Amino acid sequence: MTGYILRRVLQAIPVFFGTTFLIYFMVFALPGDPILALFGDKTPNPAVLEQLRAQYNLDKPFIVQYLLYIGGIFRGDFGVSFSGQPVSEILARTFPVTLRLALIALVIEMVVGIAVGLVSGLRKGKLFDSSALVVSLIFISLPIFVIAFVFQYVFAIQLGWARPTVGSGAPWSDLILPGIVLATISFAQIQRLTRSSVIESSGLDFVRTAASKGLSRRRIVPVHILRNSLIPVVTFLAVDFGTLMVGATVTEGIFNVPGVGNTLYQAIIRGEGPTVVSFVTVMVLIYLVVNLVVDLFYAVLDPRIRYVK
Amino acid sequence: MSSNTRSNAAHYVAPIEETPLVAVDSVKASGRVSNLWTDAWADLRKRPMFWISSVLIVLITFVALFPGLFTSEPPSSGCYLENSNGGPEAGHPLGFTKQGCDVFSRIVHGAATSLSVGIIVTILILVLGITFGALAGFYGGWVDSVLSRVGDIFFSIPYILAAVVVMSVLSQYRNVFVIALAIGLFAWPSTSRVLRAEILRVKNSDYVMSATAIGVSRFKILLRHVLPNSIAPVIVVTTIGLAGAIVAEATLSFLGVGLPNTIMSWGNDISAAQRDLRNNPMTLIYPSIALSLTVLSFIMLGEVLRDALDPKARATR
Repeated sequence: MTGYILRRVLQAIPVFFGTTFLIYFMVFALPGDPILALFGDKTPNPAVLEQLRAQYNLDKPFIVQYLLYIGGIFRGDFGVSFSGQPVSEILARTFPVTLRLALIALVIEMVVGIAVGLVSGLRKGKLFDSSALVVSLIFISLPIFVIAFVFQYVFAIQLGWARPTVGSGAPWSDLILPGIVLATISFAQIQRLTRSSVIESSGLDFVRTAASKGLSRRRIVPVHILRNSLIPVVTFLAVDFGTLMVGATVTEGIFNVPGVGNTLYQAIIRGEGPTVVSFVTVMVLIYLVVNLVVDLFYAVLDPRIRYVK
Repeated sequence: MSSNTRSNAAHYVAPIEETPLVAVDSVKASGRVSNLWTDAWADLRKRPMFWISSVLIVLITFVALFPGLFTSEPPSSGCYLENSNGGPEAGHPLGFTKQGCDVFSRIVHGAATSLSVGIIVTILILVLGITFGALAGFYGGWVDSVLSRVGDIFFSIPYILAAVVVMSVLSQYRNVFVIALAIGLFAWPSTSRVLRAEILRVKNSDYVMSATAIGVSRFKILLRHVLPNSIAPVIVVTTIGLAGAIVAEATLSFLGVGLPNTIMSWGNDISAAQRDLRNNPMTLIYPSIALSLTVLSFIMLGEVLRDALDPKARATR
């Protein structure tokens, strides 16, 4: 177990340096004046230009620039946003909101996805199963911003069941509609994964043994079938975390949720390059940590993982 | 003569004048060849989802290649503000946008953008994914370690976020090729992972050992024997990846870091229509339907291909 943890953590180190280097490289090695390009179509004030050049250490050799930047990340310094606020301060303010939104989405997609997937798997080929498959296919094909606008128009503007944009302080009740939208990204995948692993485990020996021992269906389904079907769902959630972050960016932007994603969304829309880069870096780092934690957690759940070299 | 008889053929000598030779001691050469691809085709042609998605893809391709056949309206020059938010009328079946542009014409002309981004990204994914995956899986050892770690790095940056950074920096160079490059450069690792895993499974097969035994060079074995036998899952992943690339382009254009307004793009149209969602929701819905249908048809094709090419998936269908 210790060996596995050590190996997994060691593996994460080159990936950490690689990803940060890659982002840094993309920003500062692509053609054109990096600082000018960061402004997009806008013409910056020369004083701002000078200040930015000094801030990004552009007068020093490339590798020194990168190392200074990495040093900043380790000290929790992710740079300064376009409006002059430290990114870490913005994060401290916006992260709790995003966490609440993600929590709502996660609960909805897990509960609905696993429930629908379980029923589909147990009634393979029946009407419920086929309709669930069609619905999931539609959800997979709809880009998140289309779902967001349709839900916003139908449920908030037309039916008036929720507010079209989130109010100040982001109360839980306002977060439900964007949470549902965010949940639709992974709902279909969770439903399909659960379905196919339920079908697979239903045919396995231990399920037959349980049945022949005289255990009731009511015990076999949750304890023997469902529990064994959940491992791929957990893995999927970790791998799919990147999609969730992109989804959160778009959803928070459309519903004006004051979270991390919305900050990135506003920065992208306004062409505020430095803020975009800082927040993308932060999101990539969060993604790395989540995957590391899930991999370790997964090894605790499933002994087979730690013994595989 | 059934195959049952052939298994006993070792001790059975048929009177030569009565039974044709081929029935006794050889596999019938004229019989139907059966392999993964013919089996897959036999499975595919029976499934309505395959035909629906194929017809849709052919139709979309046709629209993208010959937009002039479907609409006589020029995509952007024919915008008149007096038509702003106008409803459907003769020659303009879907009405007008806020700028007074013909919605239908914009949708027809947007097909080429989505499709070309999808195709360029797919080519990039195939080239990078196959090169990395094949070399890592087949040669193993340090080659595998290095290439897989490089893949991990690219895999760890969600490709839409990476493309946001690239497109923000390259704001002066926004066109179909640049956006496809920005997406494709970060979308290939899932393909290379799938191929690597499949090659690890295939490379210990008997036919690979036989080829090694008769002295075929390693590279030629990879090219002639291993790759063709491990390409099936790559086709599935890439078909679904094409749909992902189309969504990525639309998302980037929607965020304003994709294509400039001078290029027809469904993402741009949706982005422009969102400001008028309350008054004229249909200008947002129509390009969304076009986008979703295109994505749906490629995902459907990918799914039926997966079912057809993976016998294990067929069992859980």
